[in-house]
Amino acid sequence: MAGLFIDVQVDASVAKDPALTKKLVEVCPVNIFAANDDGSVRIVEANLDECTLCDLCVRAAPPGTVRILKLYE
Amino acid sequence: MRFYEYESKALFRRHGMPLPKSGLAREAADARRIASEIGGPVVLKSQVLSGGRMKAGAVRFAETPDQAAAHYEAIVPIVVNGQRCRAVLVEEKKGIAQEYFAAITWDGRRKCPVLVFSDMGGIDVEEVAEKHPEHVSKTHFSSLFPITPRIAKEAIGATGVTGDALNRLTPIVFELMRVFLAYDLTLAEINPLARLEDGRFVVLDGHIDMEAEARGKHKPLLAELAIAPEETRQAREATPFEIRGAEINAQDHRGVAGNVVGFDGDLGLVIGAGGGSLTLFDAVRKHGGRPANYCEIGGNPSVNKAKELTKLILSKPGVRKIAVMMNVVSNTRVDIVARGVIKGCIEAGKKPSEVIAIFRIPGAWEGEGFKILRKYGVDYCDRSVSMYEAAGKAVAKMRA
Repeated sequence: MAGLFIDVQVDASVAKDPALTKKLVEVCPVNIFAANDDGSVRIVEANLDECTLCDLCVRAAPPGTVRILKLYE
Repeated sequence: MRFYEYESKALFRRHGMPLPKSGLAREAADARRIASEIGGPVVLKSQVLSGGRMKAGAVRFAETPDQAAAHYEAIVPIVVNGQRCRAVLVEEKKGIAQEYFAAITWDGRRKCPVLVFSDMGGIDVEEVAEKHPEHVSKTHFSSLFPITPRIAKEAIGATGVTGDALNRLTPIVFELMRVFLAYDLTLAEINPLARLEDGRFVVLDGHIDMEAEARGKHKPLLAELAIAPEETRQAREATPFEIRGAEINAQDHRGVAGNVVGFDGDLGLVIGAGGGSLTLFDAVRKHGGRPANYCEIGGNPSVNKAKELTKLILSKPGVRKIAVMMNVVSNTRVDIVARGVIKGCIEAGKKPSEVIAIFRIPGAWEGEGFKILRKYGVDYCDRSVSMYEAAGKAVAKMRA
């Protein structure tokens, strides 16, 4: 189930980068990111609404490639 | 969590306190055998987590082993204040010359333990304290600094006890203080602490209440006393509603959400932990509201935890609306709770704007929280509305 309050968008260039995927999985405190078998990133939809808006993922990736959307604004 | 009398005594025995000869009977034959081993008059006491045993006929005296077996059969079916008999304690009956009372609990105002001692027994001790204040002493002591027998001696001496009795009582009361501190108890009571006709002092009955959160720390003791982890040991059995609440709380380590107690009202409460929740509960009552539950939420629970709690409260029969209220929060995020509560309403098939009577959680991240509440049309307020006023708004909505 997608988030009711939060959505996270990741650019394809980042999503396919195993090193960045690892970083995103590591930094997120509420496990929104997971790694697929091929090293690409997967969004764990069930955890989207747990996002604490800490922006650690935004800072872990190149500018503008990870976006946090507040669906209530 | 309460201990049965036989468990309290097992703990006292561990600490060398003087106790009458006794045994636990789980069938009539046990009662006969124990009475025979004691070899004299015995008292049979139903093991329930409640007072009022004597009045209910669940405490009886027997002169012979056969009489003890008969009394066992009579006691077991008796339900005392809703509590079924777990077993029957068979104890030697001794002639009592004088009864004393010793209890230790926490003084919330002074924030330290208080030892209450009386040389007039423990029946209606509050009344004794009013009518004969010189016979009841209250002695505070530190839970941080080492304790000494002198504290116990002064507490006993303050009621006028002197000489041999003072010297014999002191180590017993001092040990009670040590037991209180060693096992994270909220109550350690000996009532009565009796002086027998032969001059000996014995612990005739004991009450122990342990801090529920200390269960993990004292697992070996609880295992030794055969207290199973699933035994809640509250004053009454937990309802399915309360058990489900505890499950929600246990499923996620983040924050607190799910410590609920059910009532018969129609207003579900999602309210702040500790003093805030008590104040809010009282405020709802004061305004004439009928709470469906008491609740604890705080410590920054996850969205999922707040959601599941909301769903649980909304599922309680008779609940028409919920009030989400806390004092000003710094360690809980307003937006996270708002997300959880709204999600809970939606998953329960309800419209948040219709089912949330009031949302009053000011504090950390309230700006984000209020945006969420606005989007879903929920009636909310900030800290300029007091907790009392917020409770009044919720009750008014119930009447509208």
